[in-house]
Amino acid sequence: MGVKLNALLKSPWVFHLSTGSCNNCDIEILDCLTPRFDIERFGMVLAGSIKHADVLLVTGSANRQSMERVKRIYEQMPKPCLVVAIGECSLSRGLFIHSYNCPVPIDKVIPVDVYIPGCPPKPEAIIAGVVKLIEKVKASQKEAKK
Amino acid sequence: MARTIVPIGPYHPLQEEPEFFTLTVEGEKVVGIDVRVGYNHRGIEKLSERKNFDQSTFVIERICGICSTSHPYAYTRAVEDVIPMEVPPRAKYIRTVIAEGERIHSHLLWLGLAGHFLGYNTVYMWAWKLREEILDVMEILSGNRNNYAMFTPGGVRRDFKPDDIPVVLKKVDSIVPTLTMLKKAVIDDPVLHARTKGIGVFSKEDAINFSALGPTSRASGIRKDVRKDSPYGAYDQVEWDMIVTENGDVFDKVVLRILEMFESIKIIKQCLDKLPAGEINANIESIPPGEGIGHIEAPRGECFHYVRSDGTNRPVRHKVRAPTFMNLPTYKATIVGQTISDATIILAAIDPCYCCTERVSVRTVKGKKLYSGEDLIKLSQAKTEKIREQLRK
Amino acid sequence: MTREEVLNTLKEKFKNDIISVFDKSPKRVYIEITPESLTRVAPFVFNDLQARFNIASGMDSRYEMEILYHFIIEPINLLISFRVKLPKDKPEIASITPFFEAANWIEREMNEMLGITFKGHPDMRRLLLPDQWPEGVYPLRCDYKEWDETAIRDRGV
Repeated sequence: MGVKLNALLKSPWVFHLSTGSCNNCDIEILDCLTPRFDIERFGMVLAGSIKHADVLLVTGSANRQSMERVKRIYEQMPKPCLVVAIGECSLSRGLFIHSYNCPVPIDKVIPVDVYIPGCPPKPEAIIAGVVKLIEKVKASQKEAKK
Repeated sequence: MARTIVPIGPYHPLQEEPEFFTLTVEGEKVVGIDVRVGYNHRGIEKLSERKNFDQSTFVIERICGICSTSHPYAYTRAVEDVIPMEVPPRAKYIRTVIAEGERIHSHLLWLGLAGHFLGYNTVYMWAWKLREEILDVMEILSGNRNNYAMFTPGGVRRDFKPDDIPVVLKKVDSIVPTLTMLKKAVIDDPVLHARTKGIGVFSKEDAINFSALGPTSRASGIRKDVRKDSPYGAYDQVEWDMIVTENGDVFDKVVLRILEMFESIKIIKQCLDKLPAGEINANIESIPPGEGIGHIEAPRGECFHYVRSDGTNRPVRHKVRAPTFMNLPTYKATIVGQTISDATIILAAIDPCYCCTERVSVRTVKGKKLYSGEDLIKLSQAKTEKIREQLRK
Repeated sequence: MTREEVLNTLKEKFKNDIISVFDKSPKRVYIEITPESLTRVAPFVFNDLQARFNIASGMDSRYEMEILYHFIIEPINLLISFRVKLPKDKPEIASITPFFEAANWIEREMNEMLGITFKGHPDMRRLLLPDQWPEGVYPLRCDYKEWDETAIRDRGV
């Protein structure tokens, strides 16, 4: 497990999944790829298929229709993997908490490692969040060695 | 010939919103299409009935991140139509500036994605880099990159600061040369001509039958624009042209959107020059029972809101009709008869409110052949490459 | 055609079908018609008056179901909304999709959200609601109650 996780942290490939969001978080994720923010400096690339990804970026409030798909996509992901929830909707559903189509928050559907709040979080916040995730995993690795 | 079913979606790597398309193909040719939406349904119409009129504005803003001005604009106009009332002139100008800024960034976003689908990642990167400048302008004016929270029934919530206006004007001016360069690069490109001219033609009759909206219908030669037909905000007090093209193919839609951005820049500059002094909010006391309709021209077409009030502080019914709702079914008319490598750009041509191109798998009837991942985009990009090769010879 | 001409044409041609006309403002007119006459009025407005079909909006009020069909005539900047009232126990009306394609999706939406039946609709499938949504539960009706017991409506703070 340890070796695998270490290898993953060198250059995490991210997959982006929208589960009923308003596009804002999704656009900000795409913004991270474009020249001003350029997330590729950290070795992060947006992967086309979930089977190539190490980190799952989830946005949106997990509506009933996409909940099943999220579960299925998480199952297809090669393990070990990391999950980042981006935006207020995926944290607590924000405004949509009383919506008839958003029954549970995303972390009741799949396990989440890092939460990035904001509506939408700025690209800087997203990058900072993912970098923090990497540091967190590294620290826990060191703990485990002791 | 054997029919093949090509499912697209619901999760792609490049389009924002999940949507599920089923293309029926015969060899290379698309013969049928079906769309399943609902992956983004959050029940906003029902939620809006729980909130009061002021709170609803913020729910409405989160219908769509790109249209985060259009929906509140249409909604506030609907509420003002219930009363009925006029907003103060300064608020009108401020609203117009914000709405046009949104149009520029939305069109740039689309242009970049369209470039990506065609295998022009340079266009993608340039357009999105330019878009950052506009987002900076919006951040200066409203305080946030998206979700501006500027609108409220009766006016706007924030005033423009006098110090900001010269900075904004300078920034807006600075994007014009790059935009002109981008326009030349896109319009004069022979490969792009080969890829988009005559592709996905949307005829005028179909546009009327489907009641298509915005750039999708204007590219087919229909002169309809809410900003001209039913002027609101400051649109009747500034000079600008409605862009209309005739052919209805993808190329015309690209050109139309690029030219519209220049008009938007014109509108923003005039509005900031002429900005009248005075109040920014009419401070509505109460909303009487009745019903109201607000419609405005969003980047993708007419955005329509219907609000019914019963005299309390909450709407009894709030109907939201986004432009893509009318534009999405037009796939039936445009995609049938085209080749599968053109499918992505035709699907993208109406500028649907989705952006995360999902996993695509192509499967023959027997289920033997399995392409995975971004193969549709790759197919499209390979075609561009082929045309490029031919042109080099 | 001016605004007055349009309204007079409508009043004359459908004088037995129109129940009431509410002239709200220069840009907005609400006309209540009988449900049976919709299949005559809608194609006339769409084809002969060259109006654009904006959208329809359904509503569940206390005594009846209501549908508003919004049409806009751009050259004279007039938004006409045709109001149709249906009984609550049996909300049923003829579909207008055969006349113009634009009404296709909104009728599907109203069907699942409010439970209104559209007779003669060519393709009545679910549009927005999820696949596992129970039959016969209509979220936009006033008497909608939460059916899912596992739903969490608490922020937990």
